[in-house]
Amino acid sequence: MKVELHLSKLLSRAIYVCTLVLLALFALTSLSMVYAQEQQAQIAPGQADAQIEAKVMHLSHTLRCLVCQNQSIAESNAPLAIDLRNQVREQLQDGRNEQEITDYMVARYGDFVLYRPPMKATTLLLWFGPALLLLVGLGALALKLRQRGAHKNLQLNAHERKQARNLLQRHALASSNPDSDSYTESQS
Amino acid sequence: MKARFLIPLFLFLLLALLLGFGLRLDPRTVPSPLIDKPVPNFALARLDNPDKMFTPQNMESQVWLLNVWASWCVACRQEHAMLVDIAKRNLVPLVGLNYKEVRGANIDVRNMSTADEQALVIERAQHWLNTQGDPYALTVLDIDGRVGIDFGVYGVPETFLIDTKGRIRYKHLGPITQDTLDNILLPKLHEVRNEG
Repeated sequence: MKVELHLSKLLSRAIYVCTLVLLALFALTSLSMVYAQEQQAQIAPGQADAQIEAKVMHLSHTLRCLVCQNQSIAESNAPLAIDLRNQVREQLQDGRNEQEITDYMVARYGDFVLYRPPMKATTLLLWFGPALLLLVGLGALALKLRQRGAHKNLQLNAHERKQARNLLQRHALASSNPDSDSYTESQS
Repeated sequence: MKARFLIPLFLFLLLALLLGFGLRLDPRTVPSPLIDKPVPNFALARLDNPDKMFTPQNMESQVWLLNVWASWCVACRQEHAMLVDIAKRNLVPLVGLNYKEVRGANIDVRNMSTADEQALVIERAQHWLNTQGDPYALTVLDIDGRVGIDFGVYGVPETFLIDTKGRIRYKHLGPITQDTLDNILLPKLHEVRNEG
């Protein structure tokens, strides 16, 4: 018992330490990313092209390729994807912002061009359907368990107890076990 | 108590119905947001006279079809007989939008001047129409595909039905078949024409 306790304490402490280390690493990397972004803001105007490229890629990851419909236009090499990336780049160079470009694409291709379905009345079921199903399933499970629990408090009355004993007796006799004498009791 | 064990069966039937309905839908078709909206404005060079420009305003007060095609598009070859038939029967004027004739054929245009590319587009498109037949009242040249993007084109061929007020009333994805013509296009054409 003592060994088990000692081991479980060790395990929980190990998990605790690992979590701390992971959190520290995560904090460090996010900090360094923020620092890198700040550095970028101080880059000379000549580097603006690289920034636009980064924005193009970022936007392209939010738009769906209509030809290879499981990919974004960032990932797809279909001719249409290349055309749309060029369109995005041109519009960014013209000074449009992300929302305007997204609206431009949706006006021409519809909501399906958004890689992430928008939150609308028509897509509410799509977004919350799985969670709803999970809740329904859990609810049904809870109900079922409660029903089962209700049976646990059954007490046999004297008559029912006798019936049970008789049934057990009969079963013991039927299996032709010579030691069944120990079960014999007065029947009435 | 007895009816309760039918519930899973009922749920299964419901699910089967839903899935059966879903299997009949084509997940690749993307509904167009341009239906009932004004046709996107554009000005493109004509195939028969590249110095002249065509705009949708030229077809005002007519019901017409805009058919997006290219010589490299195999499915366009399939529907071409239908288009020739439509033209022969004078059902509705057809305007062809030649889409990325050179770029779509994977020809490298980076070292080509715009004039050269246009010349090549005209050569290829004219050759194709000469050999396959020309059902179009006229064809316009969308060399870089920009006008295609304005129409939400993502797969050639596509056909748009435009009414007298310049609104897109119907978009058809893929080749036009006899079935499409009889059961979808002609009724739609009839409906749009009778609106006056």
